[in-house]
Parts: sequence; C-alpha cells; structure tokens
Amino acid sequence: MGATESIARGRRLLIERPTAALVALVGVVLLVDLVRRLATGDLTTETLGIFVWRGIVNGLVVGLAGIGLSMTYSILNFANFAHGDYISTGAFAGWASTWVVAGLGRADVGALILVGAGGNVFSSDLGTSITNTPLAIVLGMLVAGAFTVALALAIDRVVYRPMRGEEGISLLIASIGVAFALRYLLVFVFGSAPRSVADTPSDVAVAGVTFWFDWHQLTLVVGSVALMVGVHLLLQGTKLGKSMRAMADNEDLARITGIPTERVIQWTWIIGAGLAGVAGYLLILEAGTIAFNRGWILLLLIFAAVILGGIGSIYGAIAGGLVIGLTDTVSQIWLPSDFTRAAAFLLMILILLYRPEGIFAGRSTA
Amino acid sequence: MTGTDGGAGRDRSTPGEGRTDGGAVDDHLRTDGGTGPTSAASSTPSLLGSDVLKIVALMAGIYLLFTGFGVALGYGTNGIVNTLQRVTFLAAVYAMAVLALNLHWGYTGLFNIGVAGFMAVGAYAMMMLTAPPSAPVPGLGLPFWVGAIGGTLAAAIVGGIAALPALRLRADYLAIVTIAFAEIIRFVFRLSALQTFTVFGVRMGTGGARGISGADPDTVLTDLLFSIPIVGSEVVIPIPGTGTGILIPSVLGSISTTLQGMGVVPNVVRGWVYALVLIAVVAGFYWLLTRIGNSPFGRVLKAIREDEDVARALGKDTARFKIKAFMLGCGLMGLVGILWQGSRGFINPTENFLPQVTFFVWIAMIIGGSGSNTGSVLGGALFAALLFEGPRFAVNVVDANVELGSAPSTISAAVADLLGGDVTSMAAYVMGNIDALRFVLVGVILIYLMQNRPDGLLGHRKETAASIDLSRPARTRSRGPTDPEVAADGAGTGAGSDAGPGGDGQ
Repeated sequence: MGATESIARGRRLLIERPTAALVALVGVVLLVDLVRRLATGDLTTETLGIFVWRGIVNGLVVGLAGIGLSMTYSILNFANFAHGDYISTGAFAGWASTWVVAGLGRADVGALILVGAGGNVFSSDLGTSITNTPLAIVLGMLVAGAFTVALALAIDRVVYRPMRGEEGISLLIASIGVAFALRYLLVFVFGSAPRSVADTPSDVAVAGVTFWFDWHQLTLVVGSVALMVGVHLLLQGTKLGKSMRAMADNEDLARITGIPTERVIQWTWIIGAGLAGVAGYLLILEAGTIAFNRGWILLLLIFAAVILGGIGSIYGAIAGGLVIGLTDTVSQIWLPSDFTRAAAFLLMILILLYRPEGIFAGRSTA
Repeated sequence: MTGTDGGAGRDRSTPGEGRTDGGAVDDHLRTDGGTGPTSAASSTPSLLGSDVLKIVALMAGIYLLFTGFGVALGYGTNGIVNTLQRVTFLAAVYAMAVLALNLHWGYTGLFNIGVAGFMAVGAYAMMMLTAPPSAPVPGLGLPFWVGAIGGTLAAAIVGGIAALPALRLRADYLAIVTIAFAEIIRFVFRLSALQTFTVFGVRMGTGGARGISGADPDTVLTDLLFSIPIVGSEVVIPIPGTGTGILIPSVLGSISTTLQGMGVVPNVVRGWVYALVLIAVVAGFYWLLTRIGNSPFGRVLKAIREDEDVARALGKDTARFKIKAFMLGCGLMGLVGILWQGSRGFINPTENFLPQVTFFVWIAMIIGGSGSNTGSVLGGALFAALLFEGPRFAVNVVDANVELGSAPSTISAAVADLLGGDVTSMAAYVMGNIDALRFVLVGVILIYLMQNRPDGLLGHRKETAASIDLSRPARTRSRGPTDPEVAADGAGTGAGSDAGPGGDGQ
C-alpha cells in the first residue's frame, strides 16, 4: 500500500514538476556516484572528510553572517547588498584592534592600526594567533562586532531611515551605493593589497591526541556555534523575538498592536551587524589573510544560504549556510576547483526558481 | 498651472480623483492632458530637438572641461585630442550600455544586475568566432562581422535561457538570480578546463583565466571607414583621353592630414574614427529604443512595468513580452560587450566582466533617469566623464600646479602630519588615493539620488505613448482664459477618463 502510494506520488511529481524530478534525479545519481567512488577507492574517506570539514567551517561563517542578512531582509523588506561590506569593515576594525593590542610597544601604532598597510610591520613580527595572543584575538572579536553595530546604526540613521516605507528596490539600489562607499573607504584607509594578519596555527592536540583541525578553525566553530545559540535564546526567550516575528509578518499590524517598530528595527541592525562583524573577524582568522573585498566576494554565497533556508528564518540561514558551504567544497569531487562556487550559485538559482520560500520553509521563525 | 510639465500632471493624478481603474496604460496617455495647450503633434519634434540639444550641450561642456584639464596639464594638441577621444569613447560605451539596460529596467521593469555577464557572452562569442585557428587560444578565424552578429545573437539566446524561468520571479529575486548568473558565466569562461577544447574536430577555447584574443573591432571598423570612397579614401575620376583624372580628396583623409599637421599622432586620429563609429552606434541604439518605446510593443512593456497584473488583465501575454524585451536587451548588451570590452581585441574574465561593471552602468542609468532614452545617454556621458575620468584629471591638474610634496604612504602618517598642523600631507594622500575615493563618491551619489531624486535627471519626464494627438485644444481654449485652475483640472481628468479607452486600441 505504502509502496504504490509513493509510486503514484513519484509519477505525479514527474508529470507536474518535471524539472524538480530532474533535479532529484541528478541528486540521486550524484549520491550513487559518491558511494561508487568511495567503494572503488577513487575517493578516499580522508579526502571526503577534509571536504566535509572545510564545508562545515565555511558554512558556519556564511550562516553566521547570513542571520543578519536574513533578518534585515524579512523585517526591512530589502536585500541589503552592503552586508558583505559590513563583514569586511568588521574584519578590519577587529584586526586593527588585535594588532594594536598584540603589537603595542613593539611597532608604530599608526602602522598597527592599519593592519600593516604600507609594509612597515608584518604579521610575522607579531605572531598573532589564538594560542599566542588569546586576549588580543578575543578583544578583536568584540571590537569587530561592536564597531559593525555602530556603523550599521549610523548608516541606518543616515541612509535607510529617511527611506523607510519605500519599495524594496529603491532600498536595494541605495544599499549598492552604501556597499561601494564602504568598500572603497576601506581601500582609502587600509589600502588594497591583501596581506597576512595571523600566524598559521598548529593542529589541535589534547593529551597526546592530534585532531584534524587547527586552533583557528576550532575558535571559529566554537565562536559561531556559541553566537548562534545565543541568538536562538535571545529571540525565543524575549519579547524582542516575538516583536520581530510580528513585524516580519505584518508591519502595520505590529505597529497598531503597540510594538515600537523603530526600536525593533534598531535591534535587528544590532544583532545582524554584530554577527556580521564577528563573522568577518572569524573568517579572516581562519583564512589568515585580509583584503578589502573578502566580504563582497562572500556576499553572493550568503544570499544563497539565506534564500536556501528561507528568508526571515535564522535557523534556515544557518542550515542554508552549511548546505552552501558543503556544496562549495564537496562539489570538488565532480567539478574543477575553480568552478565550485558556480555550483553553489546554481543551487541558489534552482531554489529561487522552484522553491522560492526556501527548503526549510513553512515556519517563518525570526 | 497650465504650462507645467508632465511631472506636475502626475502629481495631480493622486487619490483625490478616485482613478483606480487601469492606471498603468492611460497614465502615459493622460500626461498630454497635463502638458496643457501644447499639442502632441508639435511637441514631439521639438522635444526631440531639445533632447539632441541637451546631449550636444552636455558633450560641449564636457569637452570644454577636459580641454581645460589638458591645457592646465600642458598637454599640447595631441594630448588634448587624445584626452577628448578617450572621454568620447567612454561616454559612448556607457551610453550604449545604459540604453540597453534602460530597455530592461526603464521600460519593462526587469531588475537585471547581470549586465557584465551578458556583455561577456557577446564579447567571448565574438572572440571565439574570430580568433585565428593558429593562435595559442584557437578560434574559427571568421571575419569580424560574423563574430559581431554571432556574439549579439549568443547574448540574446543566453538571455532567453536565463529569462525563461527567471522572469516569473519578484524583482529582488530576479536581481539576485541575474547577478549570480553573470558570475556563473564569468566562472565558465575562467575555467581552466575550457582553455582549449575540441568540438567536432575543431579546436577552440576560451583561454581560461589568461583571456582570449580575436578580431579587433577598433581596427576593423576604422579600416572600414577609411576604405569607403570619399568618406575615407580619395577617389580619382579619370578624364577620358587625357590619361589623368580629377582627384577628390576624402573627408576623413583631409581631416586626418589637417590634424596630423597640427601634431596629432595617426593612432589618435584612428581612435577618434572609432569613437565616431561608436557615436553612430549610440544613435542607432537610441533610434531603436525610441521606436520600440513608441510602438504598441513598447506600450505593453511600459504597462508591465507599471502593473503587470493590469497588463495581463487587458489580455497581453506578459511573459512573452518580457522574454522578448529581455532577449533584445541582452543582445544589445552583447554588442556593447564586443564594442567596449573587446575594443582592443583582447578580453579576460578577471578584469573585463566583474560585477562592478554592471553597477557602473546601473549608476549611470540612475543618474540619467530610468525610462528616458535621452536621460540614458546623458547619464552615461556624465558618469563616464565626471565620475569615472574627471576626478583623476582634476587631481592631476592640482598636482601639476600646487606643490604638495610627496604623499605619505599610509593614512596614519597623513593623520599624524595633520595633527602636527601640516595639511598638505593629508591633501597629498587624498589625491594619491583618488581612485578609491571616486568610487566612494559614486556610492554617495547613488544614495543621494535614491533618497532625493530617484527618477534621475530626466526620468520624471513622461513620454507620450500614443501616436495620435491626444490634446483637446478647443476645450482647453474655451475654458482656459476664464478660470485657469478649472481648465488645468479639466484637462487632467478629461484626458484620464476619455483618452484611456481610446488609447488602448493597440
């Protein structure tokens, strides 16, 4: 009985949504091929493990940054193209403070605060890493979050607030302007040359057991998971979360119910930008090098994650981030490594076309 | 109140009049009522005249400015002519790209931020068709014309493939899909696996990250112009029986000789000839888009932009119209990619087709005003001259005339000097980093425009959609002198309710 039902359902799918069926077929083929490769030894479990781990690490950053984008998208009703540059700005602010703390007295403050622009001081002089300079790293992370919050609130006051209630497209175009201004202000202040900011850390070894990840990856994973849990508790346990869900649902109704919408918008920016700033900092910590366009390059992946998970859902953003991160790395099994990003974008386009409400839709949790 | 422009006409149409029905289509028709006594028949040519005048005046102003820059920099004739050529080239390619984008966003309301991707398809298809088979990155070795047509068609087809599913999406989703699609296109051309490949025994390739060389539109088109009798090459009309002939000098040849007599290098002259070709292409785009805008097809596009549901309710197959408009715009973008990014006969995926190219075109369109072809040309020229090239020249001029000393290498050194009372150090740093600052300026201007003038310079202007005269001089005249206010309102509502159904018969 169950079998015939599912066959009937499969046939219906094939007739009504042939493209969806095709996508599903491609997925199954890939899965079978993956098992075949593992069985024949074309692909070692170790390589697969590395891909998966890298995917999770990248995915967590994307997911963490995606929470903010998802929140502003659902509450302010526009796709914020400046979000990637909030990430870059947070990263620069955080690393500037890390360098100042780590290098104070050893190098010129002016060179430290520019994270080594001009080539007077190098990361090898400072040896910044979570094991060598934990205080500087933690402080940098906090500054990254705080600075991005202040910046996002200031930009909201100057740019977006006068445009409140306008169409999403107008806000989107304005956010492209913000993105340009921010990105090239970073170039103006910090220069355009990519540079190393942190030491390559050793692999984590506890009580004689060496793990497959290094200290910075561990910091990234612990930091982002902690923040995600924190946001979950904040939004589920407080009135703020409820107000946000109400606003995302219907702003006018929320306002006449007595929800202070402007305050909620401010909190949206605070949470979203704070997470974006910290995500930027952690991204650079793990990668080891900083550049003014890191966030901008990441932006489309973040959009992909947010859309995948369903706009407005923070759990969706996290899950979407992991899926996108994994797609970006695991697709290396089949695709050349300079083409994996295209696979992630393609996944996003397919989701937008066939399931625009996201794969985890149904519950629009804040 | 009678002599106001279309903008005021639109203001009057707000709620008070209770016009909730069919706003989309007749909104464009009733603007003629808004313009008052002037009749449409007489206003159209004069509008065109004033538009050409606007463009000419702007270009004259730009030339004056850059000649001033050149003089201030002590460039000499060759340098100044070269500078003006560069500005003309940029203004023309931006104007072209903005016109193509205007068809998408200005006319149809399709939020395409994948312009760079469609330009890449056009330029790559042209290069792959025209690259010599013996080159490191081999191609088919076809002539430029085949390549240009092929590139335009390829861009249109890729646009169609993108459009088929994507045009069902909301504007902001379409934006994300198009930019992602453009990046995928760029990644495909960057793939090292496609550097060279063999199809049906023919070796071809994209060149991967290193790029590809093919036909050079600059040389081909300039040579073509120089080979046309009288225009570019001299003609000898033989006189029978004498063995000699009358020599008719060519227009370009004499200009070229005169310029070279003034010290202008032949290459600069050739550059100017290419710029003139581009201006002709801009004129062609303008003519095409104006024709489309005034055609029944264009009216449907504008109706879709205003309210797709209404257009569909009127029996228009909006999906088909959108796909056609999208494909046409993408084809034009492909041609722009060929003439702009491909103008040196070489392209690569890491420099020519970055997403920011798309955003520059967008900003130029918003400056000019989406929906207006004249605005598109003005916006393209303004962006290229004042925002893209202007700051560099301004800085060079200041640099040449004011002694600021060497710029500090970092901003902290500049700030330290500033605190020490030395302003010149900071000024030198700002000038040394003008390339970054002009993009900050671009961003700030975009924000300012979206906040204060979202319609751009000319976007607020309504262009008459109907081909017939919609004004009603008799009625306006009879009421006009007695009570101007009544007359204005009468013209407004009258055109709205009466001309609406009439203009619908497309």
